[in-house]
Amino acid sequence: MRALVACLVLLALGGHGADRASGVPHQRGSRENLLFSVSSVSSVMRRSPLPQSAPVPGTAPKRIVSLIPAVTEMLFAIGAGPQVVAVSSFDRYPPEVTKLRRVGALLDPDVERILSLRPDLVAVYASQSDLRTQLERAKIPVYVYSHAGLADVFVTLKQIGERVGHARAAADLARSIQSRLDAIRRRVASRARPRTLVVFDREALTLRGIYASGGVGFIHDMVGAAGGDNVFADVKQQSVQATTELILARRPDAILELRGDPITAEMKSKEIDVWRALASLPAVRNSRVFFLDDQKTVVPGPRVAEGVDLIAHTLHPDAFK
Amino acid sequence: MTVALARRLTLTVSGFGLLAVAAILTSPLVGSTHISLRRAFDRAIPFADNVDAQIFFIARLPRTLAGALVGSLLASAGVVFQGLLRNPLATPFTLGVSAGAALGAMLAITFSWSFAWAGVSAAVAASFLGSLAAVGIVYALAQARHRGLSTNVLLLAGVTMNAFFSALILFVQYFADFAQTYRILRWLMGDLDISSYQPLVSALPLLIVSFVSFAWLARPLNLLSLGDESAETRGLNVVRAQRTAFVSASLATGAAVSVGGPVGFIGIVVPHLVRLIVGPDHRLVLPASALFGAAFLVGCDVLARTVMSPIELPVGVITALIGGPFFLWLLVRKR
Repeated sequence: MRALVACLVLLALGGHGADRASGVPHQRGSRENLLFSVSSVSSVMRRSPLPQSAPVPGTAPKRIVSLIPAVTEMLFAIGAGPQVVAVSSFDRYPPEVTKLRRVGALLDPDVERILSLRPDLVAVYASQSDLRTQLERAKIPVYVYSHAGLADVFVTLKQIGERVGHARAAADLARSIQSRLDAIRRRVASRARPRTLVVFDREALTLRGIYASGGVGFIHDMVGAAGGDNVFADVKQQSVQATTELILARRPDAILELRGDPITAEMKSKEIDVWRALASLPAVRNSRVFFLDDQKTVVPGPRVAEGVDLIAHTLHPDAFK
Repeated sequence: MTVALARRLTLTVSGFGLLAVAAILTSPLVGSTHISLRRAFDRAIPFADNVDAQIFFIARLPRTLAGALVGSLLASAGVVFQGLLRNPLATPFTLGVSAGAALGAMLAITFSWSFAWAGVSAAVAASFLGSLAAVGIVYALAQARHRGLSTNVLLLAGVTMNAFFSALILFVQYFADFAQTYRILRWLMGDLDISSYQPLVSALPLLIVSFVSFAWLARPLNLLSLGDESAETRGLNVVRAQRTAFVSASLATGAAVSVGGPVGFIGIVVPHLVRLIVGPDHRLVLPASALFGAAFLVGCDVLARTVMSPIELPVGVITALIGGPFFLWLLVRKR
């Protein structure tokens, strides 16, 4: 059924997504990444080696186009920022990307603009098969990416580093992320792990259309690393459509709402108040409903450790005193 | 009312009524989680600690009642539209109500209108207004150059409005990000998990107005089926009957859609099944459809909540899976 839904979405969007107006760089929410990271649409659950085009030996790409915010962040973090010429319409970090050109995103990559930039490497989502074909026809090397678990962040980082000639910086970065994660894990190791409901989308101001993290994917892994137990860990999907009954039955000790778009403090408290409809949940009774509107928690890039840190501080404030 | 009719009416209402009551009573007992009824109704355990009671009263009961309300509204609206348009394939959504509602919801979701008034969220309010707008336009068009309502113009205007609103939906969707598009798609599937009683209370006035009108409409619809002129000669004020039918069925549909989204196929499957059993007399078809519609949707929702347990499906998926093939069968059978 989920696959069907995904197909419907793609059908619904495919018709006019491809010819979306090109000129204006549009800055929209980052929820696209989030939803894609956790919905089944792009779900390659565990990374099987994706078919990468062969790198040209001896030359590091100098004109990189990244359609993936997580990859963009990695490129800048390992010092390959100057090699990047364009990013997706959802990229917001690091601040340098605001000056770069926008070439569409997952559903609406602007092939013409990408080609006109004469890139020598394009990072694309695995599901963008049309774009890949077009780029391959134009003899432009691609890096194929798909969202998966937290461990896969390191795989991507290593591959990207080698690909763009910054292998050592990538390895150093990977080590520092790993050691930060280990430090957080140690910090929360002795703490009781709250059973946590992780919500990444729902209708505004009501408890309808709730999508929660299932037991697969980097958000599930991040919450685990931050010392929480996902209430839907047993559902082996990236996302779960959580109904009132499911939530009541799972009795979360904490509710964590993750969004990529910042919202006002007033809206945040209103959205938290919505949960009072389920006043009997331990999370609601003990005021442990949290709304984090920080991209760090929803982009599986080099800031994952900071994201995990933020979640850990939220779930275990005492552990960091 | 003749004695024979009275007897048949009693039989029909009690038969379908029993079915509806049975569905409504059974539905809260089953679900994706196992609950103990004894615990759920045990007053000794404080509600805050009684998960079984919470699941029963906060999750299942509102959902069941929403199913009954939406099912009976859509099924009886279907009967009225089929009678008004004299077209067996008419549904509550034929005249653009659902497309208008979807456009309203889409606007609310895309532009993140975030207000909630007396438990009615922005998407719900906008979808209701959207359905009213669509219906208003169709009504104005059908009345513009005719005395009364031209059913042909109604049908054509409705189909055109459906297409036009769908085009607008695509246009608005152009500004939506992926999550919003996903949410809209989800809204279009229909969903009864309302998690509070407030939407039901808000829909109640419309429900009452609609059903009172439907009760009055049974005989006029019978006469209308003979054709406008024959109906007129038998003393029916055709224009008034058409207006009442149109307005009340549209309100009913708008109310149903604002509670549960555009749950598909109820408005066509239920009336036809009911006609197969009780015949074409609207005095029997209307109450039977209202009751059977409630039972049918509540039953579909039980399936939706249990077939993929522990995951719950939106009910529109089940009604579409049942209704689609049924609709095709009906289409082939009629030809």
